[in-house]
Parts: sequence; C-alpha cells; structure tokens
Amino acid sequence: MMQAIYDRLKDRFQLGALDVRSRKGLAFVDLRREFLRPVLTELRDVEGFTHLILLTAVDWIEDERFQLTYLLNNRQKNLDLGLRLRLDRNLAIGETIHDLWPTAATYQRELREMFGIAFPGSPRVDEEFILEGWTDMPPYRRDFDTLAYSQQTHADREGRETSDPREFMKQILYPKD
Amino acid sequence: MFSFQPDRSQYPAPGPDGKLEIDLETGQYLKLWQGPNHPGMTGNMSVELTVCGDEVVEGKTHVGYLHRGFEKLMERRSFIQCFPIVCRICVPEPDFNEYCYAAAVENLAGIEVPEYANWMRTLILEMGRFNSYMMAIGGMSGALGLGVVGQWLTYVRDIMLDRFEELTGARIYHMFILPGGVRGHLPEGFKDRMEEVLKTAERYLADVDKVMFSNAVYKRRTKGVGYIDPKLFEPYGVTGPNARAGGVAKDVRKDAPYLVYDQLDFEVPTETASDIWARTNVRRRDIDVSIDLIRQILKKFPKGGEVMAEIPNVLHWKIPRGETYIKGESSRGEYGYYLVTDGSGYPRRVNVRGPSYTHAMALLELLIPGTNISDVAALMVSLHTYPPEIER
Repeated sequence: MMQAIYDRLKDRFQLGALDVRSRKGLAFVDLRREFLRPVLTELRDVEGFTHLILLTAVDWIEDERFQLTYLLNNRQKNLDLGLRLRLDRNLAIGETIHDLWPTAATYQRELREMFGIAFPGSPRVDEEFILEGWTDMPPYRRDFDTLAYSQQTHADREGRETSDPREFMKQILYPKD
Repeated sequence: MFSFQPDRSQYPAPGPDGKLEIDLETGQYLKLWQGPNHPGMTGNMSVELTVCGDEVVEGKTHVGYLHRGFEKLMERRSFIQCFPIVCRICVPEPDFNEYCYAAAVENLAGIEVPEYANWMRTLILEMGRFNSYMMAIGGMSGALGLGVVGQWLTYVRDIMLDRFEELTGARIYHMFILPGGVRGHLPEGFKDRMEEVLKTAERYLADVDKVMFSNAVYKRRTKGVGYIDPKLFEPYGVTGPNARAGGVAKDVRKDAPYLVYDQLDFEVPTETASDIWARTNVRRRDIDVSIDLIRQILKKFPKGGEVMAEIPNVLHWKIPRGETYIKGESSRGEYGYYLVTDGSGYPRRVNVRGPSYTHAMALLELLIPGTNISDVAALMVSLHTYPPEIER
C-alpha cells in the first residue's frame, strides 16, 4: 500500500528511495526542499495523511546538515510516513508549514530554540518556548556539551560521592567479563 | 431553566478583523497568571491570561518549569541507561515511555519479544491507564470544587499502586519493561488481589457517578463549555479521548493494534458533544473498558513462558544505523517515540511525541478566548495534559 502511494509521487516530486526497513506500516523517504510543500499538501489532501504526528530534527554534525523529519499518519490505511529533509547546518532555515497544520507552529518554535533552525513567518517563532534567558548555543545541537555545561554551571555538594552506573551494572550483570 | 447571559455592553468592541486591540494602559484589560502554582493547573505550567471583566480574551501557554533536557541527556547514555530517564517523562503514566522506548530499541536491533512479555506489557499499560484516569477524573472534580472525588480516586489509585509495587517492586517509576521483554513473572495470587482492587474501584466509581456525573452544578459547568470543533482535530493534532469526545473513534489500540490488543475484545467509547462533559465522560467510560481489559488479560494470561528475549551485553550494545517510530494509545492519546540510531552504543536522537504537546499548546490557546476565568481550570484539565511531555 505504501509502495503504491510512493509510486504515484516519486517521479513527480523526485523522491528518494523508500526506506521500509523498520516496522510494518512505517516508511521513510528523502525529499528535496523545493518539493516539501507540494508533497505535504498532496499527502494531506489526496493520500489521506491528515495527521501530523510530529516534526523534529536530527543533527548530523559530521555531514554538516540537519535532518528535518515530518512524520505523517494515514489513519484509515494505518500507515505512517516520515519525510526527511536535509538542511545545511550552517544556514539552517526551514520552510514554515503552520498554514497546513497550525500545530506545526509549536514544533517550529521548539526547533528554533533547541536547534537554532529558523522558520521565517511561523507565528511567535522567536518567542521563548521552554528556555528562559538562554544565551548559549541552541542546546540540542550535537556540539552543545551537556556535561561541560553542568560542570560549569553547578557545583557538587561537598562530600558528594558518585559511582559509575556502568561499573555497577558490570559487577551485577556480567561479573565474569 | 436559568440561563446566564453575560452583559458585554461595556466591553471593548473588536476591530474590523474581529480581533481585540489589547491595550493594558486603558485599564479595560488585566493580565492574570494562572500557574505554575495553582490547584487548577495540570502540573507545572502556566497560562498567561488577559481578562476583560471575568472573561478571558487571550491566553498564552508557558512551559519550561520542568525542563531537564531528557532527549538530549539520552544522547550520551547507552541504550539501557536511558530507562531511568524515559519513565520520568510522564509521572502519572510512566510505563508508556518504557514500552515505546523499549519497542523502538527492539525494532532497530531486530529483537523478538516473547509472547508472555507482550501479555505482561499490555497488563502494565492498562494498569497505568487506569491510574492515569484516576488522576484525570479526580483532577476534573477538583477543578470544579468537588474535592472529595479526588480524594476517593487517589485512594483507588493507591491500591492499584500496591499491585504495581507487588509486580514491579516500585510504585511510580517501575522500569519493568526493558528491551527484550519484562523483568519478571506474575506473582502467585496476583489475579485474586487484582480482582479485589477492581471491585473496590467499581464501588468507588459508582459513588463518583452519583456525586460527580449526576451533580447538577457539575453538569451546568461542563456541558457546552470548552467545545472543540471536530474540524480542528487533524489541523491541531488532537488524539485520544479529546478526539473520541467529538465522535472520532481515534484509538491506536484499534487503529494500529500492538502487543496483544488484537486478541482482546473491547469497544472504544465515544461521545459527540466535544465539550468538557463529553471529554470527561469518555474517560469515565474508558475506565470501565480498562477494568474489563485487565480482567480479560488476567483470564487469558499465559501459564508460563520466557519473560526476556536474549539480548547482547547491554554495556557494549551497538545498534545498527536506522530510525523508527513506535506508538501506542496512552490515556491522553497517541504516545510515540521517534528513535534514530547511528551504529554507535548511544541513541543519535530520541524524540518523544506526547499528546500534551499538541493539546496544551496551540489547541489550548485557541480554546481559551471567550471562556470565563473560573472555567479555565476545568478546560485545561479536560484536555488532560501532563507538562513533562511538552518539555522533555
């Protein structure tokens, strides 16, 4: 069923290969930026993918790109489809889709704050969402070091002892290793 | 019948675009913060209300009070070390996080879960749903001044927590569902003790029906209030009981059966009014479904079997590059985990899709204008939101 939908769209929108390796009823496909809006519109209005499950980003820092994942659901056919869009990590500007799904504005506001991906025209996109008075780099980028931040920002309580959970697990689970 | 019609003759008129021009300097408007510390709040979040008289003209949701960066923290922990984190993303119903995360790891690692573990997982999830609804109905009663119902249901939740403790060793964060299966078998005599809990719950729920759902004040304050147009369900990502209250029988247990739900006999309750009454009533009826499902599960429970599949050494566990999305029906709607792996021993990216994310942000802000200040709490609770799912 997913293959038939893909076949209808792939040539018109120059889609990448259909990735169905994970589970039944779920597929991912790469998408070119200029086709984002027409593909989303077609999937929503023609193919029955009316539910935007989520919109999020993955930081592939080694490739200097962000991956935006638009996950859609067709409830009648029990299909989930993830569209993957590459963004240049150094020029992270996405296209807003709040006019297609108003709830996308919330996701885009979060991506702006946490990954530093801009979505021009998205409502209240520059307003603080979760963080308050944050001046460091967007914290969900891979190069933001949570451990270093924690050590610089907070001091350990005097007399505090820590033990490595991995060492503990090794003793309990794999004593012979 | 008495009908309240607010006098708005002194209220500012909207502009040509139908929107109010809010100028606090005129003295006609007032900013009022509801939360983050407020008995009518659904957890640690706040709504910045702009009011004119006792009517709310604008509401902006503010979250972040609980943000600990769960998703980011997981990126520097091995797959097994993420478990103490994931359950904390939803306090009242933590097991969904364990299930979705474990199932996502299993999916990408190619692990087949034993049948016994699937039954156990389904039992755990229904017990969690039951408890979450206890808090939801109790919260709704509290938001409208019926404090005693909240106390009764807190007791019922507590005796279900006893069963959780017996089964998992913990009351709130169980960490019982792990990649490959679950941590243990059903204890001897568990079925009988669970039956006692369910019978006690039914007695209390019969009282709740009388005191709350048959209460004239409760009906007056919830019927016709907080209406969500079903046309908004898809644009605003509305799922679960909030959609079912508007006549759309969305339920992942039926739409995309997982675990052993395809072997269980149940109907998804729906209503049509799509108001606060309907949303609460759907949850009330879903409690009965959950009770019935727990009985069915225990009746059909396998006599024995493996609880865990064989998994690699979790301290050196590397999962091939891939991505997946695993979902289930929590008490609040579609709950899902988007997991991306890169071949290393750590998740590349974990994104949690909690239903509160869509319900409490854009949707709530859309619903608030036009409500009375005293109804905001009931409106919020009727959406059944848990802030940690938003902030992750």
